[in-house]
Formats: sequence, structure tokens, C-alpha cells
Amino acid sequence: MKKTMYEKIWDSHLVCEAPGQAPLVYVDRHLMHEVTSPQAFEGLRNANRKIRNPHSILATMDHCVPTKDRELPIADPIARKQIETMADNCRENNLNLYDIKNPNNGVIHIVVPEHGFVHPGMVTVCGDSHTATHGAFGALAFGIGTSEVEHVMATQTLPQVKSKTMLVQVNGKLPKYSSAKDIVLAVIGKIGTAGGTGYVIEFAGEAVMELTMEGRMTLCNMAIEGGARAGLVMPDEKTYEYLNGREFAPSGSQWDTALAYWKTLPSDDGAEFDTVVTLTADDIAPQVTWGTSPEQVAPVSGSVPSPDDFNDEGKRQACISALDYMDLAPQTKITDIPVNLVFLGSCTNGRIEDFRIAAEITKNHKVADGVTAIAVPGSYKVKKQAEQEGLDQILIDAGWEWRDPGCSMCLAMNGDELTPGQRSASTSNRNFEGRQGKGGRTHLVSPAMAAAAAAAGHFVDIRNL
Amino acid sequence: MEPYNNHTSIAALMNRSNVDTDQIIPKQFLKKVERSGFGAHLFHDWRFNDDGSDNPDFELNKPAFKSARILVTGDNFGCGSSREHAPWAIADYGFNTIISSSYADIFYNNCFKNGILPIRATKEQLQLIANEINSHEGCSLTINLEAQTVSTPLGNNFAFEIDPFRKENLLHGLDDIGLTLEQIDKIDEYEQKHRRLYPWLWT
Ligand code: SF4
Repeated sequence: MKKTMYEKIWDSHLVCEAPGQAPLVYVDRHLMHEVTSPQAFEGLRNANRKIRNPHSILATMDHCVPTKDRELPIADPIARKQIETMADNCRENNLNLYDIKNPNNGVIHIVVPEHGFVHPGMVTVCGDSHTATHGAFGALAFGIGTSEVEHVMATQTLPQVKSKTMLVQVNGKLPKYSSAKDIVLAVIGKIGTAGGTGYVIEFAGEAVMELTMEGRMTLCNMAIEGGARAGLVMPDEKTYEYLNGREFAPSGSQWDTALAYWKTLPSDDGAEFDTVVTLTADDIAPQVTWGTSPEQVAPVSGSVPSPDDFNDEGKRQACISALDYMDLAPQTKITDIPVNLVFLGSCTNGRIEDFRIAAEITKNHKVADGVTAIAVPGSYKVKKQAEQEGLDQILIDAGWEWRDPGCSMCLAMNGDELTPGQRSASTSNRNFEGRQGKGGRTHLVSPAMAAAAAAAGHFVDIRNL
Repeated sequence: MEPYNNHTSIAALMNRSNVDTDQIIPKQFLKKVERSGFGAHLFHDWRFNDDGSDNPDFELNKPAFKSARILVTGDNFGCGSSREHAPWAIADYGFNTIISSSYADIFYNNCFKNGILPIRATKEQLQLIANEINSHEGCSLTINLEAQTVSTPLGNNFAFEIDPFRKENLLHGLDDIGLTLEQIDKIDEYEQKHRRLYPWLWT
């Protein structure tokens, strides 16, 4: 039988199917951060259970860490306790932790690939919805809740219901200045935030395979915003080249064994998907979200819609409340929307190539009056690399703030946040009400679009620069 | 976990779609390292005014809904972050049942770990229930998990679907980890094979 990549990974990780219970799936890699793990460790302790395979775990601190004055103690006592709890839990259980002072520290979904911790064909979980990122390597990677974190620690398995499969085929070539972020926003605009519910999405097609590994990570990262359990891209030469030589990647003769296995993973020709969605990359313009859900998105050359543009009553209502929250009038041209704050970073767009394109656009353009622009590298490694390339200096000279790594304004838990009514151009992944601070208004864009907005003080069509 | 019993309880209507977990429990409350006490912050930004007083316009603040155990709400409930703090807050507030036309995947899973029954209704069924609540705020619905039915005061009856194992575990309040550990031999056996096939994961 012809199988999709998802089905191959599923079949090879099926431990058993006990009668009356959900199939049990084996977990190869378990990623952790400070917010969704403490209660799981506590549960484990209370039940007197041990971690089955500590080597399968890699942990970091990212959500509530400050991005400046890192040498000082964390001011917020509750955040400090969470950080200390993480350190204690990892020490007690002998886990690999990149703590706040470690040169490998950064956002979980940035540091894990940097160290080659996730490989093709692996089942990877994390108490974090953007675990989907690692699907870029052809790994089945998905977010879980804290009870499941505990479950995986204790058993190295999870009861799972098999997902349906969706192929998102992106044909053609992406125009200059459109990026992986624009592809995924366009996909979500097309299928809706619940369009992928119950599915694992495989992204394929010329435009997808043309992306760098960083671009593929951006793409899979936001599969969850389309409701999907996971996103996948088949492994190819770029994948192998990226992994080769990294700390946790196989080496020597094991590399050859692994490579032979990885090459069996891509979906068989003619394998059937439950749903197929097709897009033409040539048509994908830089995207800007105008509402409070990632599906409320328009090309930069477009305008904010009016509620009457939607036939579905739910979507019409959602448009009304989004426009109210965002303080936007129907038919406003996207390029007429002003911004006060620009955030460049997050596990969606906090990688080296994101800073390269932002610096390229920024060169010789000062940040506009009244705009605050913050660059937060996804990890210390990204930060160092950017500094070696002089990208930090270009941004700093233009008036940007250059910070230490962390989730920062992606979810605004660490004190970096919008004030009520402030409007951001953000390279993160969620534009929900209050996500970047109560009353704050978020427009999701690519790094190039964010940099251009910082210089202009409003959105601009970067294709015309 | 407490077993889920059949019950007749007040149903609160929150007619919104795409309610995300950032709204259910905003991030400023995620720094706690305990599982308890999140109910006080459920829907915080909608529920309270800036000065901390109740926002009278928020649905759940209506007196008729005060002791509701059933939450009736719109499409794609619980989208966004995987935070289990969301179902913890919902359960801690007092809800043990949600009725919606669809749920985000991770949230749906998380509910069952916390004794919450998330019922999937059709859009038409949801509309009917919403209409009944609107015309008589404070009315009760009867949930029978064994029979997989919802009954309304006007005598409408709906059947709903649920995976048999999830139903069993909920009805008996079973501990998932305990159940999985009953399969420990199978896990050991699989792991031996895994070491052979993927040796680079074990070095
Ligand atoms: S950067 Fe944002 S989306 Fe990514 S892990 Fe951090 S908070 Fe979550």
C-alpha cells in the first residue's frame, strides 16, 4: 500500500493497540520549557514515578526570561520562582537544560534544531503548540498539554488518535520579497484557523522545497495556526546538510544508517491524502493580518475588508469585533495603517536569515519618529552569528533595540509588551486580542515587512521599494 | 480524577467563536508552578474591568449563569496555545461540560485529562440550545454521558459522538498514566526494537 510520510512515521512508532484504549505511540524526543512543565514534574513526584528516558529530553528557559539586564536577578518574583523551579527539576532529574546564562540558551524551537536534536522520522513532543516547527525536518512534531508531558516523562509514550492527512501543494516560484511567512499566512487565509483541525499537513511543491531549512521551520511553525496537529516537509539534501555535524546528529557509520532510513520517509508517489489544497506561489504577495485571528489576513496591496464581505455569519461577526478591537475602518488600505512598535523575533521568525533580510531592508533607513523597534534573536547562537555579520550594528544604527534571546513580545509574559491601544508590526505567530499586552493591536508580517514598517511608520509594499 | 456523573445543570451561553486559550487564561497567570487556583482568572480580560470590578456586559457575569456547570459556546473553542492552564481554569471555575460545534485539537485532549466533557454538537443543535438559553436564561440541560445524550428543557434530545476509550476513562475517572503502565511489557519490547532500528537515538 502506498503511504504518506505521516502514515510511515505513525506505523513505525505504534507500540500497541490495547482493546478499548487509544493506540499507544512511542515518543523519541521531548522538549521542555518553564511554563508548561512544573505541574508535570510535581505530578510525577506525587505519584512516585521516574522519568523513563532522561536522554530524550532537552530543556530551555524562554517564555518569562528578560531580554535585557540579564545579569540582574529577575524582578518578577513569580517568574523567578518558575525559572528556579525549572532549574531544580532539571537538576534533580539529570536533564539537559540550557538555562538563562548558558550560551546555548534561546527559544525552545530555535535551539533544538541548532543542536540537531530532532531528526527526520522522529516523534517529537513539547508542552507547546509551536512544536510543529520541527516538522520542517520530516519529524512528526506536535504540542501537548501538561498532563501529557507527565505521561511522556513516565512512559515515553502517548495514547493518540490517528489524524487525517492534508497535502498543501504550493506550486511555482515565490516572488522576491515574499517569504515562508507569507506562504503560511496565505494558506491560513485560505483554509481558516480551524481548516486543519484533525489533520496533519504535509507541505510540498516547488516553492516549499525551494525554501531554506529556516524557511521550512517558519512554515511548519504556523501549521498549528491553521488548526493542524502538525506540519511536515519531506527531508531532502538540504535537511541532511543542515543536520550533518550538529551536536545531537548521528555521526560516523551511524550517519549512514540514519541517512538510509531518512530516505525511506517521503510520501510514496501516488499516496492518497484525505484533503488536498493547492496554491500558486507566484500569486503570493507579502501578507499582513488586519484582525485578531491569523486567518484575518490580506495582501499588502489590499484593504481591510468590511463585515459584509463575509457570507458566513460567524465570520461576519468575527470581522465586526476584530475591526472594533483593532480600531480599523473597512476599506482602509493596508499601507495606510500606522504602527508604533515593531517586534522582530519569536520561534516563527527569530532565525539568522530573518535578521539578514531585516538588516538588508533597514540599511540606511532610520526607524521612523514615534516608532519603537525591537530585535530579539531567537537564541544566543543567532545573536552571536548576527553580530559577527554586523547585522546588529545596522539595526542599532537605524535606531533598533538589540536584545538578548527569549519569547519576549511574542506572548508578552516577560514584561516586554504593548500598552493599550499600541499597534505593532510583529513577526510572531498570533494576533489574538491581548496577546502582546492587554489592549495591544498586533499585525503579523514577515521580517522584511516588519523592517520596512519600522522605517516608514506604517506598512509599505516592499516590492515597490 | 473524579468520575464524570450524569447531571442536570445550568448552561451558560457565551456566543463567540475562535475563543483562544489566551482569552481563557491570559499569560500573566501562567507563571504559577501549581495546578490550582486558576478559576479566579478564567476569561480575566473579558470578565473584569480595569479596576478589578466585574464587567456586567460579560456573559458569564450574568446572575442567571452564576452557578452554571455547562458552557455553551461557538466554533473552534480553545484554539491557540497548548496551555493546560485553560482547562484547569475552566474546571476550577466550576464547569465540567462544554458544548461547541468544534474544538482546537490540543485543548480537546486536555479537557479529558481534567474531567471535562467537551461535547461536539452540530451547528444546528448548537443554535437550538442557544435559542432555548436566550429565551430562558438560567435553564438547565441534562447530560447523560453513558447514553451520550443532551436533553433540553423544551424536550429536545441530541446524541453526541465520543471515542469509546475517552468515555470509559471519563466515566470511571481513570488515570491515563496508570492505564498506559499496564502495557509496560509492550513498551519494553518496542524499545528493544527501537534501539536496534534507530541506534543513533540511543548514543
Ligand atoms: S516564541 Fe512565541 S510561539 Fe514561540 S515558543 Fe515562545 S511564546 Fe511560544
